[in-house]
Formats: sequence, structure tokens, C-alpha cells
Amino acid sequence: MSSSPSLRPPVVRIDVLRWLRENLFSGPVNTALTLLAIYLLWRFVPPVLDWLFFDATWQGSSRADCHPGGACWIFIGQRFGQFLYGFYPIEQRWRVDLAALSIIVLAAPLFFSRFPQRRRWALGYFLLTPLLVWWLLYGAGILGLATVPTDQWGGLMLTLVIASVGIAGALPLGILLALGRRSQLPAIRIVCITFIEFWRGVPLITVLFMSSVMLPLFLPEQMSIDKLVRALIAVILFEAAYLAEVVRGGLQAIPKGQYEATHALGLSYWQSMGLVILPQALRLVIPGIVNTFIALFKDTSLVIIIGLADFFTAVHRATVDPEWLGFSTEGYVFAAFVYFLFCFGMSRYSIALEKRLARSEKR
Amino acid sequence: MTPGETLRGGGPRRWLYDPKIRALAAQILTVLAIALFAGWIVHNTVHNLTVRGIASGFGFLKNPAGFGILQTLIDYRETDSFARVFVIGLLNTLLVAALGIVFATVLGFLVGIGRLAENALIRGLSALYVETFRNVPPLLQIFFWYFAVLRAMPSPRQSHEFLGAFFLNIRGLYVPRPIPAEGFAPIVLALGIALAAVIILRRWARRRQEHTGEPFSTGRVALLLLFGLPLAARLIFGAPFTWELPQLQGFNFRGGWVLLPELVALTVALSLYTAAFIAETVRAGIQSVPRGQIEAAIALGLTPRQRLRLIVLPQAMRVIIPPLTSQYLNLTKNSSLGAAIGYPDLVGLFAGTVLNQTGQAIETIAMTMAVYLLISLTISLVMNWYNRRMALVER
Amino acid sequence: MELMEETLTRLESHKTQEVMILMERVNKWYQDFHVLKDIDLTVMAGERIVICGPSGSGKSTLIRCINRLEAHQRGRIVVDGIELTEDVKAIDAIRREVGMVFQHFNLFPHLTVLENCTLAPIWVKKMPKKEAEALALQYLQRVRIADQAHKYPGQLSGGQQQRVAIARALCMKPKIMLFDEPTSALDPEMVKEVLDTMIELAAEGMTMLCVTHEMGFARTVADRVIFMDRGEIVEQAPPEEFFLHPKEERTRRFLGQILHH
Ligand SMILES: Nc1ncnc2c1ncn2[C@@H]1O[C@H](COP(=O)(O)OP(=O)(O)OP(=O)(O)O)[C@@H](O)[C@H]1O
Ligand SMILES: [Mg+2]
Repeated sequence: MSSSPSLRPPVVRIDVLRWLRENLFSGPVNTALTLLAIYLLWRFVPPVLDWLFFDATWQGSSRADCHPGGACWIFIGQRFGQFLYGFYPIEQRWRVDLAALSIIVLAAPLFFSRFPQRRRWALGYFLLTPLLVWWLLYGAGILGLATVPTDQWGGLMLTLVIASVGIAGALPLGILLALGRRSQLPAIRIVCITFIEFWRGVPLITVLFMSSVMLPLFLPEQMSIDKLVRALIAVILFEAAYLAEVVRGGLQAIPKGQYEATHALGLSYWQSMGLVILPQALRLVIPGIVNTFIALFKDTSLVIIIGLADFFTAVHRATVDPEWLGFSTEGYVFAAFVYFLFCFGMSRYSIALEKRLARSEKR
Repeated sequence: MTPGETLRGGGPRRWLYDPKIRALAAQILTVLAIALFAGWIVHNTVHNLTVRGIASGFGFLKNPAGFGILQTLIDYRETDSFARVFVIGLLNTLLVAALGIVFATVLGFLVGIGRLAENALIRGLSALYVETFRNVPPLLQIFFWYFAVLRAMPSPRQSHEFLGAFFLNIRGLYVPRPIPAEGFAPIVLALGIALAAVIILRRWARRRQEHTGEPFSTGRVALLLLFGLPLAARLIFGAPFTWELPQLQGFNFRGGWVLLPELVALTVALSLYTAAFIAETVRAGIQSVPRGQIEAAIALGLTPRQRLRLIVLPQAMRVIIPPLTSQYLNLTKNSSLGAAIGYPDLVGLFAGTVLNQTGQAIETIAMTMAVYLLISLTISLVMNWYNRRMALVER
Repeated sequence: MELMEETLTRLESHKTQEVMILMERVNKWYQDFHVLKDIDLTVMAGERIVICGPSGSGKSTLIRCINRLEAHQRGRIVVDGIELTEDVKAIDAIRREVGMVFQHFNLFPHLTVLENCTLAPIWVKKMPKKEAEALALQYLQRVRIADQAHKYPGQLSGGQQQRVAIARALCMKPKIMLFDEPTSALDPEMVKEVLDTMIELAAEGMTMLCVTHEMGFARTVADRVIFMDRGEIVEQAPPEEFFLHPKEERTRRFLGQILHH
């Protein structure tokens, strides 16, 4: 044995071979799994990549330009406008763009923690932007903007409208339901539990059916409501039940001492909830709310059942258009990619939020 | 009145501030508001129904349906009643749910364990699987399998053929149909005997271990029994089934079983989608077992298999089972998406076709919702009971 | 210096000539971080050793190397005549001889106290269940907790849990017991009950390695106190010498910190 002091670890370089041996070939089972995985990758990845990129057609203007053997992305390019805007009049599409732009630009200050008066800005943003966006999209003849009826709305724009109105409408209702479910008053508790469990127990598709065929029966004869509004009502009721459970989780996580402290200070029920408990609880459940939003975003595709032309419906309709028959794989792959971008992005965001919350909890 | 009395808040309107009365008032007001709202809806509905000339009630269930159904698990003729259509829809829903649950569980556990594997490649592939499938709407996945894959299959004459017995074409997946033959009863009997023997053997082994400490690994003997006995029966009495192979006759296949493209697409899509969620559940469950538990087991000298069986799994399963059941519930609810591709499930058939035929919107939708509510309620009751039983005892 | 003035009767030593643990130039790294630097340590059968040192000095790592909860990378570790190598058989044999008690007890929450104790005898030693239960009850009796045998760990106090953990380790009839700060997760009033159990164990002649900052305990039972700092054994001596005449400056500073509180 050498007598020199051994001060360096036996293996200092992390070399590739060693990594491979430890991670991929550390035993017979492991080696077999690795070989199987490599075989599967070799078998499936190159053909998929070929189809997606290398053999694909990117340029052209009609199906005659498509090469056989690869994807034909011309189809997507040709229909892109419809996927984004549905049947929104082409010469009015700038209104949708402007709405989207204003949502993003006006939200920007919220992400800078040093922006002065962030709270006031947030309040204004959440109260006024919906009005602005509604005016831009619907017009209603106000200030010279022509009305675009909602049956011309469609595409990604409609998907986003349904998802964001759905969540924004469902949140206040969900908070009330969550408070009601934890209320001391038995009648209120029972009402809230029944409401929550009812909507959580049935599939969204039956709720949409209900909104389209039953809602008109429930209302006075002369009152007719827009198809989109009916769908929105269904989505809001349905999502509120799920959000109520998310918020309840947050309320339960607030230590009992906080409730006791508000009593000791003599705050009324609504004061203690509004000033102390809810601000803390809601902060805790932001990741849960984002997750609910992701689920809702995916679920908006269901409105195809009641004939609204959201993004998914727009893609599906394009694939059955006789002019582009046989390109459904391209259509669905593209749609899947778009949904993936949104959902994956938001789920990363929610994970990051969760980590940040966990860190600030520790401090 | 002395100042002291005023301070104590005595006064004619004191009851206004009595918390008990306030609570009661709040509750009565809530109930009243709901009752009024409900009354308004009932009033409108009754009015609308009379205006449209729709008779309410469940009498229509006895009427003959008069339409054909793509897939029926029980006998059905067009003259059968709407009530039978309801049962058929329910069975079709349960069929997809059961198939989906089996496949999603197997795949989900494999992927979930794969996410914790030592092997970096397997870990990566598992993560890729989970992120891909759970971030794409299930309806889109169903449409993909149905329209882009199965409806794009060739005609029966150009079917894809597997092992000479399975045929995939635009009409569906044709599989051989087993017909019980002479050897059927003996083999079932042999299997039963083997099963009983294994159960007795395991009991005996456990008792022996408790008494003498000598373990007896029942695994191999059990395998031998479970396969050996039926095999012996097969050799002596002959095959248990004759297989009726699908055969191309003219433009279509005859014989065998056909799994409709709607059923296949729905099952495949829901299994793949739900498996991604189950995988996350399984991973979280296994990771929830603290490292210290495993270290303590190591220090006691338990082998890796014993550690998994005696320490990790019992603790992980407690964490996994509640979210797992809610995934099963989600899958069952999502099976209603089959309505969009024309699979005759409860929603598509009853809340769709029957509603259109009869116009009985309230009744059909209420019955459909009631079924899902019943399933959800039952499962959540069972889960509450399970959670209470399995909760770790704390002080 | 209240502790110094206490007159503590020392336990009689059971030290023999038989070597129980032998560590020769043991080195260990976490990635590039050198946790154990040329550790040389010999422990005789019946010897009681207390290890102390500042946080992060590698005390836990040292004793966890003895039953291979951590693998060392250089040097030799021989436990009861068996050398620790990659050989799984050798590792299993050593783990059967070595009991361990953790800072956070690590009792199995899904098993009763009795089941916690009988688990390893039944599955590792292949002992009949009845016999294992009798043995477990005997040890639970010794840690004065037999009346709680059918409760779950979550129903016990910290001190009780730690005593169960000691009984659980003893049920394997180990030749060596390792303790990793067994009292530092406990409320002050529970520390004594656990220390008393450990002192009894020491009186019976168990070979013990104990990471602890309970200096009273060290003085009562230890044959040798070892001071570790930055992965090295800085000083080792019998307790009288160690506490009264520490040789090294680092030891003095450390003792000053923990005794003058
Ligand atoms: N798994 C690991 N990976 C990397 N570094 C580690 C790991 N475990 C321990 N270390 C580092 O090794 C050093 C020694 O750790 P060890 O737990 O042995 O210290 P200790 O003396 O027991 O300290 P304490 O009194 O706080 O328990 C510490 O600096 C620690 O940060
Ligand atoms: Mg330590």
C-alpha cells in the first residue's frame, strides 16, 4: 500500500464509459432493458423524424405539391388562419390580434416585482382587460366597431376565451363554495357539499349536453341565450366545483392559530376570511389553480360536441374537408403539439411556483 | 337605565346581534333562495314543455326503440324498449372502463416504476411518455386513433395480418373466437384444483414458518401447479377450445370476434392517457416512503426484495390507492368521450340518440348523470372507508 | 462546569483482546468532497466508544460505513473478522452482527411495536414467529416498554419510540451496536430514559459505537472518546484524559463550546 496521503478521490474524471457502465449496463437486467430501449428507439425514432421533418413537405400551395412518404405541412400552413381565428371575418382579425397583444402587454408589469403600485395595477388589469377584450372581440357597435356574433368566433382564440372566462368565472364561485363547505352552519354546508359533489361526479360532456338541451327549457320562453354563453355557464359551474376543492386544500393548510388570532382580534367572519385567511390560502393554492386551468384547457376540446368551433374542432373540420382528405395525421399531430406547448409550459410554471412557495415557507 | 346595562348591550334590538339567530337566519335565507330559484326553474320548464307538447315522465322507456346499435353485449332487436337501450349503453360504458382500467394500471405501474429506475435511458423514456400523453387532450387522442389510424386502415381484402389469426382493417380488429370444446370442463376443473392447492400450500407454508422459522418459497411450486395441472388436463382430455378464425369471405370477414374501431380507439386512447397519470401517482407513492425507512430495513439485514415487499410497498400503496381510484373514476367519466366518435356508450346512446328520438331531454340526461353520480358516490364512500381503515395510527 | 464536578461512577470495562472492528486508512468521498480522510480505528470486543465533533465532520458517515449504509472507496474495514467488500454475502453477514439506532428512530409506521421487533428475526434469521415474539417481548421488557407492544409507533412518545428502536436492533442479537445521535431528536425530559437504557446495555458488555454530544454519558460509559473534525480523527483518549487534558487545540475549542453552555 502506498504511504502517500490519499487526498484525491479514486476517480476524479467523470468519463463517459464509466457513466454508461453505471447507468446503463450495471447488471444483466439493466443491460437487457437498455438494449430493449435502444432497439425501440432505433426502430421508431428515425421513421418518425423522417416523416416529421426530413421527408416532409414544407413549401407549396396545394395538395398537389405534397411529396408522398412524409408529412405535408402545407395543409397546416393553408389552414393556419382558420386554426387561429375560426370564421372570424378576415378583415376584422386585427381585432383579435390587438386583444391578444393588449392582454400580454398590459400584464407585463405584473411580472416585475419592482413595478410601483403593482397591486393597484393588478386590480385594474383584472377588472378592465376583460371589458376591453370583450369590446374588441364582440364590438357591439360601440365606438364604431362592428359586431362579430359569437358563432363566427373560433379556433385557438375561442379555446382561450372559453378557458380563461371559465377559470375567471369559476374562481369566485369556487372560493365561496370552499368557504361554505367549511362553514359551521349545517344547511349551508350541505348545500355546498351537494353542489360540489354533483358537478365533480358527472362527466363534463353530460354537463355540456345539459347546457345545450336543458338550459333553454329552464329559462322563460322568450329568453334565448347564445350558444357560447350556455357553454360558458356549464364550464363555470363545472370548474367551480373542482376549484372549490383546490381552495379547500389551501384553507385546511392554514394553521388553526391563524383562525384563533382573528377571533382574538375581534374580526368578523368576512373580515377574517378576506383580510387574513384567504390571502394566505390562495397564495398556497396557486399551483393547484394552474393545474385546474391546464385540465380545463384540455377539456375545452369537448365543445365540439355542442358544435362550437374551438381550436380542436377547427383542426378536425379541416381534416374532413374533401379538399384535404387524407391529411388527418398532420392535423392531429399539429394540434397535439399546440396543446402540448400550452399545457407543458403551464405545468412547468406551476412546478416552479410550487418550489418557490416551498422555499418561502421554510424561511 | 344605568350606564352598566347599556354597556352590556341590552336593548330592544339585541336579538339582531345574537350569533345563534344570525346563523339560523342565514341558513333559512339560503334555503329559501335556493327553493325560490328551483321553483322558478320548475315553473319555466313545465311551461316550456307544455308549449312544445312534450309529455314528461319515464313512460317512454317502455316504447320500442326502433333503431340499430353498433355494439351490443346482450341480445338486442330494434323492437326492444328504450329501457334495454339504457342497459346496453351502460354495459358498453362499463366494458370500456374495465378494459381501460386494466391496461392503464399495468402500463401506469410499469412507467411509474420506470421513472425511478436505475437505468437512465428507461428513466428518460418514462418521463417522455408521461409528459407527452398527459399534456394532450384525451379527445384529441381518441380522434387521432380513430380517424388518423383506424379509419385509415385498408379494406378487409388488404387487412394487416398478425400471426395468421388477427386481422386489422377499416371494419375493426378481428380476433379468433374461442369455442368451448371437449377439454374445456377438465381444464377449468384442473385450474380450480390448482388454485385451491396453491391457497392451501401458502397457508401451510405460513404456518410452518411461524412454527419452525423455516421459510418455504411457494412461488415455484405454485407456478408448477398453476401451469402443470391444466397442461396435464390438456394432454389427456384434449384442447379446451377450438378457435374460430376470422375468414375473408367476399368483401368481409366471417367468424371470430370483431372489436369495433370505435372500441379500439377509445380503449387505446384512454389507457394511454390515464396510464400517464397513474405513473405519476405510483412514482409519488414510492417516493413518499422516507429514505430512513429503507436505511433501517438495510441495517436490519433485510434483502432488497424483502425491503420492497415488507417495508416500501405496504407504505407506498396506502399513498397510491386513493389517487389511483380517482384516476379510475376519471377514466370511467372520460369514456363518455366515445360519444364523439359514435361509440354507443351510455352518453352517446342514451343522452344522444335516445334524446334525439324522444325529445325527453330532462329524463335522459338525468338518468345518465345519475349513473355517473352513483358510481362516483359508491367509490368515494369505499375510499373514505379505506382511508379510515388504513390511516397510520397517530396519537 | 457543572458536569466536571459531578462525581460519576464509571462502569466497569468489558474490554477484551478480541478485535471487533478494524478500520485502516479508510477514505471516502462524496463526488469531490473528501468526507473521511485516512481513518484508522480499532475497536475491541466489549469496548464502548463515543464519537463527537462538530456538525458535518463525518461522524455519521464513519459509523454508516461500518454496516455499509455508505460504501468507502479506499482502505479496509473488517468487522468481526469479515472484510467489507463488494461481496453481498459478506455485507449481509456483517449487517446481521451490527445493530443500528438512528437519530429519527425510523420505526416502521405500518407495523406494531411488536411487529417492528419481530420483522428481522423472522425474515432474516428465519426464526419461528412464536419464538421471535417471545424474544421481542423480552427485549421490550428490558427497555421497559413491553406494555406498549401492540401499539403503533405513531402512538408513542419520542423517548418510547427510541427505546423500541433499540429493542428492535437488539432482537437480532448483534455483537456491535451503532448509535447515531440517538437522543438529539428528543425533548430534554426524554433524553434520560434513552440514555439509561444505553447505560444498561453498556454494563452488559455490548460493543458500542455511539455518536453523541451527551458528555455525561461519555464519562460514565466510554472506554474511549474520539474527536472528529473535517473528516479526520483528531484525538482519541479515555474520558478522564480527554475531558481534563485535551492535547489538541481543536478539541479544546470544541469542548469549550459544548461544556460552557
Ligand atoms: N449523500 C451525500 N452527498 C454529498 N455530501 C454528503 C452526503 N451525506 C453527507 N454529506 C456531507 O458529508 C459531510 C459529513 O456528513 P456527516 O453526516 O457524516 O456529518 P456529521 O458529523 O454526522 O454531522 P452532524 O453532526 O450534523 O450529523 C457533511 O459536510 C455533509 O454535507
Ligand atoms: Mg450525523
